[in-house]
Amino acid sequence: MADLKPEELIARTDFTPPRTGWMDTPTVIREGMFCYAAKPKSVATLDLPYPREWNPLDDDWKLPENWKEIIIEGMKDRLERFRTFKIFMDICVRCGACADKCHFFIGTGDPKNMPVVRAELLRSVYRNEFTKAGKILGKLAGARELTLDVLKEWWYYFFQCSECRRCSVFCPYGIDTAEITMMGRELLNLLGLNIDWIATPVANCYMTGNHMGIQPQAFVDMLDFFADEIEDTTGVRVHPTYNKKGADILFTTPSGDVFGDPGTYTAMGYMILFHYLKEKYGLDVTWSTFNSEGGNFGLFTSNEVMKRLNIKMYAEAKRLGVKWILGGECGHMWRAITQYMDTMNGPADFLEEPVNPITGTKFENAKSTKMVHIVEFTADLIKHNKLELDPSRNDNLKVTFHDSCNPARGMGMLDEPRYVIKKVCKHFYEMPRNCIREQTFCCGSGSGLNASEDMELRLSGGLPRANAVKYVQEKHGVNMLACICAIDRAVLPPLMGYWVPEVDVTGIHELVTNALIIPGEKEKTVNLRGEDILNKDEVGPDEFYTRPDFSGR
Amino acid sequence: MNEKYLYSLIAVIALFLVAYAGVEAAGLQWLFGIIIPYLAIITFIVGFVVRVKDWACSPVPFAIPTTCGQQESLPWIKPSKIDNPFSTGGVIIRMALEILLFRSLFRNTTCKLNEGPRISYVWEKWLWLFSLAFHYSFLVVVVRHLRFFLEPVPVCFQILDKIDGFLQIGLPGVMLSGVVLLAAAMFLLFRRILISQVRYFSLAADFFPLFLIIGIAVSGIMMRYFTKVDIVGVKELTMGIVTFRPHIPDGIGAIFYVHVFFVSVLLAYFPFSKLMHLGGVFLSPTRNLRCNTRAHRHINPWNPKVKVHTYAEYEDDFREKMIGAGLPVEKEL
Repeated sequence: MADLKPEELIARTDFTPPRTGWMDTPTVIREGMFCYAAKPKSVATLDLPYPREWNPLDDDWKLPENWKEIIIEGMKDRLERFRTFKIFMDICVRCGACADKCHFFIGTGDPKNMPVVRAELLRSVYRNEFTKAGKILGKLAGARELTLDVLKEWWYYFFQCSECRRCSVFCPYGIDTAEITMMGRELLNLLGLNIDWIATPVANCYMTGNHMGIQPQAFVDMLDFFADEIEDTTGVRVHPTYNKKGADILFTTPSGDVFGDPGTYTAMGYMILFHYLKEKYGLDVTWSTFNSEGGNFGLFTSNEVMKRLNIKMYAEAKRLGVKWILGGECGHMWRAITQYMDTMNGPADFLEEPVNPITGTKFENAKSTKMVHIVEFTADLIKHNKLELDPSRNDNLKVTFHDSCNPARGMGMLDEPRYVIKKVCKHFYEMPRNCIREQTFCCGSGSGLNASEDMELRLSGGLPRANAVKYVQEKHGVNMLACICAIDRAVLPPLMGYWVPEVDVTGIHELVTNALIIPGEKEKTVNLRGEDILNKDEVGPDEFYTRPDFSGR
Repeated sequence: MNEKYLYSLIAVIALFLVAYAGVEAAGLQWLFGIIIPYLAIITFIVGFVVRVKDWACSPVPFAIPTTCGQQESLPWIKPSKIDNPFSTGGVIIRMALEILLFRSLFRNTTCKLNEGPRISYVWEKWLWLFSLAFHYSFLVVVVRHLRFFLEPVPVCFQILDKIDGFLQIGLPGVMLSGVVLLAAAMFLLFRRILISQVRYFSLAADFFPLFLIIGIAVSGIMMRYFTKVDIVGVKELTMGIVTFRPHIPDGIGAIFYVHVFFVSVLLAYFPFSKLMHLGGVFLSPTRNLRCNTRAHRHINPWNPKVKVHTYAEYEDDFREKMIGAGLPVEKEL
């Protein structure tokens, strides 16, 4: 993939559909566009069915004898349990409003990536098995038999959807392809057909508390290492607490931010903020090694698996006796918390309705889940002037903001992050309106597709996002892409590197703590990344950006 | 010629021939004017109710509305009360805008891949406009036809007729709704045929109702403006149907029976087809639920019991390492 230049990749994208209809166009599973099969050990850890070694490129997927029966029964069962599934199978009129809203379609030109066709892959079998018209008229009614090729096609395309829900914003009936993909993946999981990039993190999370499989002692080591780094750049030693009973607040964030750059800087940001709040206001926030994962790859497996992983949040909050839970910057984690957690594992009546003890603000919107988003929390602190900030320390940055799919379309957290960014950075530029807020484009790697073997898929799917960043880079000299999602922080750097070199990626709390004046800090000359921060006495921001060595040009 | 629309077109032509020949050659007026309409109406009502009941039987385990605007959060942040409705009032307005004005479709754009590459999202409101025109003109036509089933004709229908015919062209005056319906249906048809992407995912089941509705509109227009159907006879027949004293008056042309047959087929076909979006749009859980899931717990009636890995088991797995790292434990070694 790396050897395919951007212009070569784009040259292959053709929106003209093939001559043959989609039912008559066989699907070829192509390297670079799919993730490896789930390892049997990971599938077995969760006691999920049919763990085995198999390879998507092989003819034989080692399916059980009665695989067809299992799928049809699975469909029947889900049609009875999910109104969404039934309605979305029945009412699509194929108006095509969704067709060119999908980043994977825009990036690959593959018509089976049009949301309408992705759903038809499943609908065609539904009609054949469950509707009279399909049974009588067959292909004329858009019905087709479930065959091995159809099953493989499902697998290929339901793992080419990042469940971002952009198409559902445009659908006149609100048909949500994420929901259809989730049903498709649940069905595939009945036959053990998961991808390893989902199955192994799920198994890790189940056993060790986080996707990365970081054991408790290693988790402490990593945060200690961050404390050393923080001390180097700020001169202040932070002391995070772990599994502390009786703390005020339990903090949960994706382990990805503990694991890899640039998410690590966001993790350091959290640590500095909590230190600041402890020193100034006596707020006691604790981390948990058992509940050391905010993300939930169970969401990409099945609703049962999602519940099995999510249950730890409330269990740990109860065990530690905290007042409420604070959640870090993450995308799908907040979909799970907002739309599933309370229903699955609530009511959390052992927690208090969340109140910010520093400002007195009641988080009315979270009074049942008892879980507050850290950006809401920080926005509230800033609004009440509880953080001493020097935004000029971010003067070397021209920032744009990427709304992550799930906080945007599964929650609606749009203005809080913008407020925080504008308070800690002087230079903020929006991408065009059709690419932000509820119409934001996916990073191209969401819903467990952020592996390395499917890099071509990721770079193609990320094109619309990257293209909008490129627009603001050329127009305003933007050099930093801020986001509130750990998967974004892991996948946007290679995406930017490919399509928009010179633009870096950051979490919001890295920006916040760059600007935060910590009691007892030394004079800052570098930011958390060890990069020189602009000395405001020497050169003004306008002059800075006209310098020939300015990296945003 | 694409087989999908060819088959649909042939099907509609065949329906025409069946009705025309049935009346002209075989004299089956009572079949096409009385029996089939009754059967069609029963099929429509029963089918519609059964289908909606079937949907309603499946629970809504999770509240998964698509949030299309700012959430209700901190008091100083302005929430989007309609696109991300926290209250029932907001949901009602959201649904009303969706059902009456096709709000989501109004967001539509077209994506263009330009040199560079540079992707642009171009203004595209034609689909929205013609869909709206199609549905509203259809509604007006249906309401206008109620005059055939009511005696005396209520004043409001007479007013509607006046408005619909305000252009006062020709004699009998041109009714705007019929013309708009035909034009909009043609737009939707040619869009499906001419735009390669749309043609690609269109099914025969997408063309058939369009051809059928075009058939209904054309046969209706034919009767009104060209063959000048015996309107008194028609009313005698329709009043006979609604009063359950059906009989066939003499002198109504075959084209009328074709028209009624098309409508009957559409009604009978309705509950088994995508036309059920009429009922489904009200039930779509991504639109008709409140976006307040963090403030109010949504109940899943089948919330499953699941196997979990507890903290105690976790501590058993890592106790020694945890103590070594200075982490508090519940049970000492």
